[in-house]
Amino acid sequence: MSASVLSPGDVSAATVKAAAPLPDIMPPVKVRKGLWGFMYRNPSIAIGGTIVLLMILMAIFAPLLWTVDPTALAPARRTREPSAQYWFGTDMLGRDVYSRVVYGARVSLIVGFAVAFCASVAGLTIGLISGFVRWADGIIMRVMDGLMSIPSILLAIALMALTRGSVGNVILAITVAEIPRVSRLVRGVVLSLREQPYVDAAVSCGTRTPVIIWRHILPNTIAPMTVQATYVCASAMIVESILSFIGAGTPPIIPSWGNIMAEGRALWQVKPYIVFFPAVFLSITVLAVNLLGDGLRDALDPRMAKRL
Amino acid sequence: MFAYVVRRVLATIPVMAIVALFVFSLLYIAPGDPAAVIAGDQATPDDVERIRQSLGLDRPYLVRFGSWVWDILRGDLGVSIFTNLPVATMIKQRIEPTLSLMIVTLCLAVSIAVPMGVVAAWKVGTWIDRMVMGFAVLGFSVPVFVVGYLLAYVFALELDWLPVQGYTAFSQGFVPWIENLILPAVALGSVYIALIARITRATMLEVLQQDYIRTARAKGANQVSILFLHALKNAAVPIVTVIGIGIALLIGGAVVTESVFAIPGLGRLTVDAILRRDYPVIQGVVLLFSFVYVLVNLVIDLLYTLFDPRIRY
Repeated sequence: MSASVLSPGDVSAATVKAAAPLPDIMPPVKVRKGLWGFMYRNPSIAIGGTIVLLMILMAIFAPLLWTVDPTALAPARRTREPSAQYWFGTDMLGRDVYSRVVYGARVSLIVGFAVAFCASVAGLTIGLISGFVRWADGIIMRVMDGLMSIPSILLAIALMALTRGSVGNVILAITVAEIPRVSRLVRGVVLSLREQPYVDAAVSCGTRTPVIIWRHILPNTIAPMTVQATYVCASAMIVESILSFIGAGTPPIIPSWGNIMAEGRALWQVKPYIVFFPAVFLSITVLAVNLLGDGLRDALDPRMAKRL
Repeated sequence: MFAYVVRRVLATIPVMAIVALFVFSLLYIAPGDPAAVIAGDQATPDDVERIRQSLGLDRPYLVRFGSWVWDILRGDLGVSIFTNLPVATMIKQRIEPTLSLMIVTLCLAVSIAVPMGVVAAWKVGTWIDRMVMGFAVLGFSVPVFVVGYLLAYVFALELDWLPVQGYTAFSQGFVPWIENLILPAVALGSVYIALIARITRATMLEVLQQDYIRTARAKGANQVSILFLHALKNAAVPIVTVIGIGIALLIGGAVVTESVFAIPGLGRLTVDAILRRDYPVIQGVVLLFSFVYVLVNLVIDLLYTLFDPRIRY
């Protein structure tokens, strides 16, 4: 046994000679820089972002995209199949479905972005108060628990029942339903940040609370908030379409994807394309926003990415 | 343990009180004067005032809230403005289809989603994993009524395998009952499946890295028993939690699914009530759904010890 094992005494000059340099089996890693590199490393952001951007451009430039007036009635040309003239066909009132779908992007995107923004601002405020004002925390969180135990679509429906259908009211109703989730997230982040040594250090230096919030807490909430905001945006678009679909959302005069589907509903067994096209656009947009959210989560918050 | 149960049950009281306050305020600030509606077109202002007093509508907010809660505790949810039927009766008539839909969806979703998540975690990084995750993103993105129409178009209209719409009561036999529920359940379950599969995969990935999994492998336990006996058991708590939280998705989705598939359940009742601005009905349904949701999550919280005996209160 001892013969086969090298004891320290056996080490001769020959055995400690430096090994020959290894052949270059690994080619140099090409690190792409700039925007393209970022896109390359985060394909979900690239794909999702591109589609969302295209949809935004489509919504802005809707009048230039070979559309006609989306509300123009033409009883003589009802329920035409998709053709060269009517790309997506016409509905039962003779309106051009293609134009309606292109214009409908406006409502979905406005509702999605507006709800994401309003819910983020409100959630941030409530979450910060809850995380810093001890006596308010208990009350706020009980109220949020209560709101959260009403399923969010039902809450939005109930709020819409109180008001006239308008885009502003839809935004308001969905925002109220989304606020509890955002505030909880912010509160959690704030509570964990408050335990950080650099916050303790700031406190011990006599920094005033507003300054601590502004300088140390807020910047750290941006990443999780951005991710959450994209998910809120996606969910708001779906809820808007659901509200419009059941007739409690955007008023029928304004073309929105949910409205087009609601109107196509009566005919869907014979003329499925009226429902089909807005459904595809809605699904692709929501999918793109969700992809963007997943990509942002992976890029901004690696810890969360590993967990989910 | 007992102290925990009591504390947990008591903790739901403020939550339910806030739900009740919110739902009551809904009716309180709702436009329209119930007294004027009940009095009818020919009533004089004096008549309306008398009815208002007899209904107690002239009393202050908190007093009305108190008597409203008292009524609910006795099972009186008020009377529909539109049909003049008690709301509780209307809910009772509509509860079977919704309950059936929810139960079928729940069973279907759990039996599909959990194995999906487990396999994705086992084959992490492979095309199977990517497909499951891709499906999960898709499930989150495609609205329930789009899935519903797509399924109905393919499986009912084109292939003619299943009925397009409608509902058959359970008392008429199991087969027609389930036939009518398969498509709605798949449509309703798509988001739910995505949610559960994602959480299952994430939790399983964590559990599969534990030492005792390596030990189980080393002793030669087969893959299936490692995944489903050793690992899944320890991943149960987060999975069951998300199943409970996800019930909110089912409730919200049921409102839409029932419209697409013409199921005469509580969801349809809600939609009809909204179109007619029938506030007492809206109130009753929102209250019922929220109560069920809180109750389900309470039960799940209390069941944690069953899934994970390490949890002691």
